Amino acid sequence: MEYFAQQAINAIQLGAIYALIALGYSLVYGVLTMINFAHGDLFMVGAFFCLIIASLFPLPFVVILVLVMLSTGFLGALIERVAYRPLRSAPRVSAIITALGCGLVIENLVSSLSPYAKPMPALFSVTGYNLGGLSISSLQILIIGVSILLMVGLDFFIRRTSFGMAMRAISFDSRTVPLLGIPLNKVISVTFLIGAGLGGAAGMLYGLAYPVIAASMGVLVGWKAFIAAVVGGIGSIRGAVVGGFILGLVEVMTVAVLPSTYRDLIAYSLLLVILIFKPYGLLGKAPNQKV
Amino acid sequence: MSALLEVRNVSRHFGGLKAIAECDFSVTEGHAHGIIGPNGAGKTTLFNLITGIYKPTAGEIVFAGERLDGLRPSRIALKGIGRTFQNIRLFKQLTVLENVRIAYDSQLRYSPLEALLTLPRMGRNEAESIAKSSALLEAFGLGALSDSLAGDLPYGLQRKLEIARAIALKPRLLLLDEPAAGLNSGETAALTEFLRWVRTEYKVTLLLIEHHMHLVMGLCDRITVLDFGQKIAEGTPEEIRGNKRVIEAYLGAEEE
Repeated sequence: MEYFAQQAINAIQLGAIYALIALGYSLVYGVLTMINFAHGDLFMVGAFFCLIIASLFPLPFVVILVLVMLSTGFLGALIERVAYRPLRSAPRVSAIITALGCGLVIENLVSSLSPYAKPMPALFSVTGYNLGGLSISSLQILIIGVSILLMVGLDFFIRRTSFGMAMRAISFDSRTVPLLGIPLNKVISVTFLIGAGLGGAAGMLYGLAYPVIAASMGVLVGWKAFIAAVVGGIGSIRGAVVGGFILGLVEVMTVAVLPSTYRDLIAYSLLLVILIFKPYGLLGKAPNQKV
Repeated sequence: MSALLEVRNVSRHFGGLKAIAECDFSVTEGHAHGIIGPNGAGKTTLFNLITGIYKPTAGEIVFAGERLDGLRPSRIALKGIGRTFQNIRLFKQLTVLENVRIAYDSQLRYSPLEALLTLPRMGRNEAESIAKSSALLEAFGLGALSDSLAGDLPYGLQRKLEIARAIALKPRLLLLDEPAAGLNSGETAALTEFLRWVRTEYKVTLLLIEHHMHLVMGLCDRITVLDFGQKIAEGTPEEIRGNKRVIEAYLGAEEE
């Protein structure tokens, strides 16, 4: 039993990181009905930004986190401005290919600058705690705490602020929004800024948890988080969080009882089954059909 | 009284189709101005040109002395032009209050940097936005429904809410695209009264497309008649009622 409780802590940590990344997919899908396939690579860039900033300046954790989120966020907004906006009215498939292309450009740019995997420095000395037989490290507490704080903050932002309302309005009817005086492009820029910022934060936390980072690290994790977003209901903020945690839980628990080679097999079989019964995802809603 | 909106020789072509051809008219500040014409006459296209969804192929549109053509729709809206739609376009999955707040809040600042910088002021902005939007809903008789989803409102109230949302922009000019569509004659009479009240209460000039002649004749100070994208007549309701070309456009020319 203790073994599973211990694994549950690991599952929450991994799930929180998946959830943070999944949010970026869902946010962007909400405003543009487009999958930002470069998002996994923005996650990777977040880890590298952390490495660069931390090795240049000995700043406290929170300051580095904010800098990583801002720099990754602006990179995300820049990609939207330069690569996606010109294709907004182009066929969907062009936008998808462009997004895949942007991801590959980023990945290969990073791998040409840093061809080998790099160790991530520890930003603080990690201490372990013992809670009734369970061991949890200060790093795990930090990762889980920061992720939950960011998710709660995002949920507040989306639900309560005028920007959040505009983002939700765009996801329902983007044609009407500009006629109410809301600059569509600015709201879309901010959406990318936030989505990529959360992805960057996830990259940094992931890099601290599994401290070897490489240009290719965003590919698999990005795909997994994308699947988590779809399982939760793409476009749904809470769905992305639910999907992320479910994926983390399934992966960790599979490895806890079966050989680790079964991890992805079991995890994705389960997700396929969920989608068969809930094709719009766990918290997604079927689009309103025009009669 | 001066002209608030001037449509100067505006044309808009879609391929070979001249949806609007050298259309020229002006709307006097404080007036209720009607636009009538058969289906396909270009009335909604005209609204789309004024609100910046389409750009004119030729001609210019001037609002309060400023050129509008070429500006983005969100800029035009903030200059003081609100709009409703033929097929109601509320955000059905948002609440009644949120629908109004979106329009009200658009007058706040919108840039990524400002969004971050105004975070500390967010609480105050939010309180003000809720208070002002609630007051507006109260005045429109929708106060009790603030927390309902807009899509759950009955049809007539959705029309009202759409007008409230447009008024939240504090427009000087309100464009109404068939506000009486789908209403029965009793409801249309009530709408006429209601639009009179909106016009005085919010000091807004009305430009409306409408097929219900009772509403148009009862409310409008001036009427412009379009047919095949061209202005075929303009005048007071009395002048329009007796205009031979208008009767022809609506009923078809008599064969002799």
